[in-house]
Amino acid sequence: MIEVVGISKRFGKTQVLTDINAVFEKGKVNQIIGKSGSGKSVLCKCIVGLFVPEEGKVLYDGRSFHELEKEQKRELRQEIGMLFQSSALFDSLTVMENVLFPLRMFATMPESEMHDRAELCLKRVDIVDKGHLFPSEISGGMQKRVGIARAIAMNPKYLFVDEPNSGLDPQTSIVIDSLISELTAEYETTTIMITHDMNSVMEGGDNILFIHEGRAWWKGTRDEMLESDNKELNDFIFASGLMRKVKAASGH
Amino acid sequence: MNVLFHIGHYFQLLGEVFSKPERFSIYWKRTVEEMDLLGVKSLGIVALLSVFMGAVITIQTKSNIDSPLIQSWVVGFAARQSSILEFSPTIISLILAGKVGSNIAAEIGSMRVKEQIDALDIMGVNSAGYLILPKIVASILMNPFLVIISMFLSIFGGWMAGIGTGIISSDDYLQGIQTSFNPYHVTYALIKTVVFAIIITTVSAYQGYYTQGGTREVGISSTQAVVYSNVVILIANYALTQLLLI
Repeated sequence: MIEVVGISKRFGKTQVLTDINAVFEKGKVNQIIGKSGSGKSVLCKCIVGLFVPEEGKVLYDGRSFHELEKEQKRELRQEIGMLFQSSALFDSLTVMENVLFPLRMFATMPESEMHDRAELCLKRVDIVDKGHLFPSEISGGMQKRVGIARAIAMNPKYLFVDEPNSGLDPQTSIVIDSLISELTAEYETTTIMITHDMNSVMEGGDNILFIHEGRAWWKGTRDEMLESDNKELNDFIFASGLMRKVKAASGH
Repeated sequence: MNVLFHIGHYFQLLGEVFSKPERFSIYWKRTVEEMDLLGVKSLGIVALLSVFMGAVITIQTKSNIDSPLIQSWVVGFAARQSSILEFSPTIISLILAGKVGSNIAAEIGSMRVKEQIDALDIMGVNSAGYLILPKIVASILMNPFLVIISMFLSIFGGWMAGIGTGIISSDDYLQGIQTSFNPYHVTYALIKTVVFAIIITTVSAYQGYYTQGGTREVGISSTQAVVYSNVVILIANYALTQLLLI
């Protein structure tokens, strides 16, 4: 479980996040949604420790991340897997080497076992035959799969997914969303997904946190979201014609 | 104020770079790769420049001291001294700042804008150490070799030009390059080379590591890496010369 307590963050004079409080449950896909520029990516970067918030705490199963010593932070980070919006695969390494990277860096098992583990991860995301290729030689959807395989290589307790569907076609998006939901259940990870894609929310969101103007504007489940009368939330989720039809069809 | 900020930030980054590596074997493997990329792959340009610069030094020296009062072997002596003391360690380092420095800044800068450095940090890898330390070690190990090769080739280029144009006999040139040889001058040149290697890699890596934005900013970082490395090399060259030769 990850708990965010009173997080505030500003850049210069611009206040980006104000007093965010949230709990992200274990074994569930916890989604942070909001418009572009609402502060959801900044919140994610505060949670993973890439940004230091001016106020507040991030608790990883009770461990306050920003209060940990440098070494303790590094150890905790080995429990984190992250899929980046751009996949962030290392260009100079093959697909297999990308997945092997965290294992070679931190795992204490023999090289042959590392290979077995990496193959298992690639198999899990259904891309095992592409291990010898470089990231530039595979499609965007495949890069996302490799990113997921690398993120789960160390058997993480916490999985972060930043805009997993950006730049992907609807079919591939559904595959990636399903994969994230399956892996969350399989590995019992605390998964935090940043998205503004309503298809993703409808496909795999268990708990939803809506960020608006840097504040935690609304929290709840997917069904509660559809029934909510929160104006800003409704403006966001029913911005597309498709979602308005979904609402009309469901009779809410 | 801005300069002080960057100096402080630079030394902070160096603190990260020189912290304990996660896996020595991985760092060593990367160091060997960097030795090839930054050192071996620079051999061609270093060799070409050295031969031609040695040739030009010889011809210019001869044309400027063409007096019956000055013995012919002085041309060889001047070519050797110019090559060992200044041309090979300093000019080659300035050239390497252009070639290697821009490469380092562009590589690390691209990794920054493509979130690959964030990915390393989130995995718990010391990104500064992993990316920069192997480059520093590789340059410290390879640049002295490049400079020694440059010294030989520059002197050889001078000999070829001297013989080829007939402005000096082989015997006179060889006498010149052996006259009043002080081995300390080679030591001085190698000390400079190592310091310049550290400057090139760290200044360029600093520019790349803190790149913000997109491809345009990567280009800017790359240019700044070359400019700042050159400026710092020139200042260090003056300081080291005063410290080591006077």
